[in-house]
Amino acid sequence: MALLELKQLHKRFGGLHAVNDVSFQVEPGQIKAVIGPNGAGKTTLFNMISGTFPATSGNVLFQGRELQGKKPFQVASLGMARTYQNIKMFSGMTALENVMVGRHVQSQAGFLASMFRMPWTWKEERDIRDKSMELLTLLEIEEHAHTDAASLAFGQQRAVELARALALEPSLLLLDEPAAGLNIYETAEVGRLITKIRDLGITVLLVEHDMSLVMDISDEIVVLCFGEKIAEDVPTAIQQDPEVIKIYLGEE
Amino acid sequence: MKKLLSILPLLVVVIGVHLLTSATDTMYYLTQMTMSAYYSLLIIGLCVLMGYAGQISLGHAGFFAIGGYLSAALTTRSLIPYQDTLPVKLLDSAGFLLAGQDLYGDSLLVVTPWAACILAVVTAALIAVAIGIPVLKLKGHYLAMATLGFGIIIYRVVLASEYFGEADGISEVPAFVLLPGLSVSGNFGDRVQNYYIAWGLLLIGMVLLLNLMDSRVGRALRGIHGSEEAADAMGVNTARFKLQTFVLSAVFAAIAGVFLTHYNGGIGPSEAGVMKSVRYVAIVAVGGMANLWGALLMGIVLNFLSLRGSFGSYDDAVFGLILILIMLFAPNGILSINVRYRLGQLLGRNKQDREGEM
Repeated sequence: MALLELKQLHKRFGGLHAVNDVSFQVEPGQIKAVIGPNGAGKTTLFNMISGTFPATSGNVLFQGRELQGKKPFQVASLGMARTYQNIKMFSGMTALENVMVGRHVQSQAGFLASMFRMPWTWKEERDIRDKSMELLTLLEIEEHAHTDAASLAFGQQRAVELARALALEPSLLLLDEPAAGLNIYETAEVGRLITKIRDLGITVLLVEHDMSLVMDISDEIVVLCFGEKIAEDVPTAIQQDPEVIKIYLGEE
Repeated sequence: MKKLLSILPLLVVVIGVHLLTSATDTMYYLTQMTMSAYYSLLIIGLCVLMGYAGQISLGHAGFFAIGGYLSAALTTRSLIPYQDTLPVKLLDSAGFLLAGQDLYGDSLLVVTPWAACILAVVTAALIAVAIGIPVLKLKGHYLAMATLGFGIIIYRVVLASEYFGEADGISEVPAFVLLPGLSVSGNFGDRVQNYYIAWGLLLIGMVLLLNLMDSRVGRALRGIHGSEEAADAMGVNTARFKLQTFVLSAVFAAIAGVFLTHYNGGIGPSEAGVMKSVRYVAIVAVGGMANLWGALLMGIVLNFLSLRGSFGSYDDAVFGLILILIMLFAPNGILSINVRYRLGQLLGRNKQDREGEM
């Protein structure tokens, strides 16, 4: 069974068909990329999957469960994490604390238990801290654990954001333009980290502009144009696809 | 444990103030210190709501008033005319009623302070839930306006209703016997013990909130403040956490209202006024918004000065001015001002330090 299945997903903003009848599947363990020119509907697609707003029609099935009508926090608790094109760090918190927020769905302590520091929360709190530190180490950013996250370099913030998303222990990770705003070296670095994440058994669905990154790391690519899916294949085939070439390079 | 240790120096200061006033024969200061402690209890609760969860409330005097007025009314207004109604019978059979006599020798039937306190605080919490569910969907200015509206309603209700004493408020509120020999009252002989009751309550409140901020819940709240969208995507039920924080801060306000009312022996409509709510917001801002220690310190200092009459008839004007100055010169609170840096800047030195410090 596919981990994520989009069925005839449709989003209309007034008269604009931002996403028009898009269907595809994401298989467990793969890195799948959605590419397309600006305004192709990539981020809209992501927002529908993660519950930011509902689809006009169609279905999103995650592990066989219908996600339509679920709010982002509910989608997250089912095991789907996401990052943002313009990184949304929790300002005023350290890198480590940012990642610790990611452990939210994996822990329980509520208002009263936290205020009275019930003994059972001690272990939970220690686990949250240890696990978050491990993730910072995995993403090779542990030396900045106690730095205010908002003051880190952009590339480092990306790594913290990835660690924060991984802290949910997601089965699916949605990455919205992970290379946006990064230079060529940082992009290669993020590509390496994403592969590392996939190797942990986490399925990755990413939206990306940067062709070199997508071609390097993806197992499969979906091409969107003006809200419609025009191709879906492995990277080598996508590179040869006349329709895709036309969109990206213009007509002869 | 660490939180308990961090509170220790404050405990030393509290005892120190008592000993100092006792040695210098200025024990009358303890009265204002007691009242300041109760106001500060409200302020640290509001600090969590505003500074950490990032939700403003211009109606917290309303919750203070709900606590204070309800416990005042329940412990002074006789229930004899309603003796045969079901709620009164239930209260009676639960042992929550107390028979007595008023000043003129007429017999009275009132609610015991403990039961009144619980009823008042629970009512405040329920009202906070009812108000919070719709208004916390709002953000920024809109939330400020909506909570302001709530504050105005409470103010007008206590001012208009005979049950709450209209413009006179409620007086002759009895002492609140916490334990045998330990009671919240304005009796001259109980001054020292009331100083310790108030500060004990404030310190407990402070430890609880410090614990809360350094926990899963506190991080989620700060996350909401940092980026609500990202917190949502991390699985934080933002609507629920905001509501719970709102209720928590309302409960702190109501408890402060109950205790201060018993201490003062009464409560008047000015406690419910909008200017009080503005003052609380101003104090949280001066303290640095997301800074419990700053809120506590400023809560004590500014309330103490105000209660001692240092601002004279310009009391409210002073708080307005404080709000303007803080927003202009120290938006991160008074504790954030780097005094040495500012001085250096004034003296025209320290140019090379600037990069390092900013």
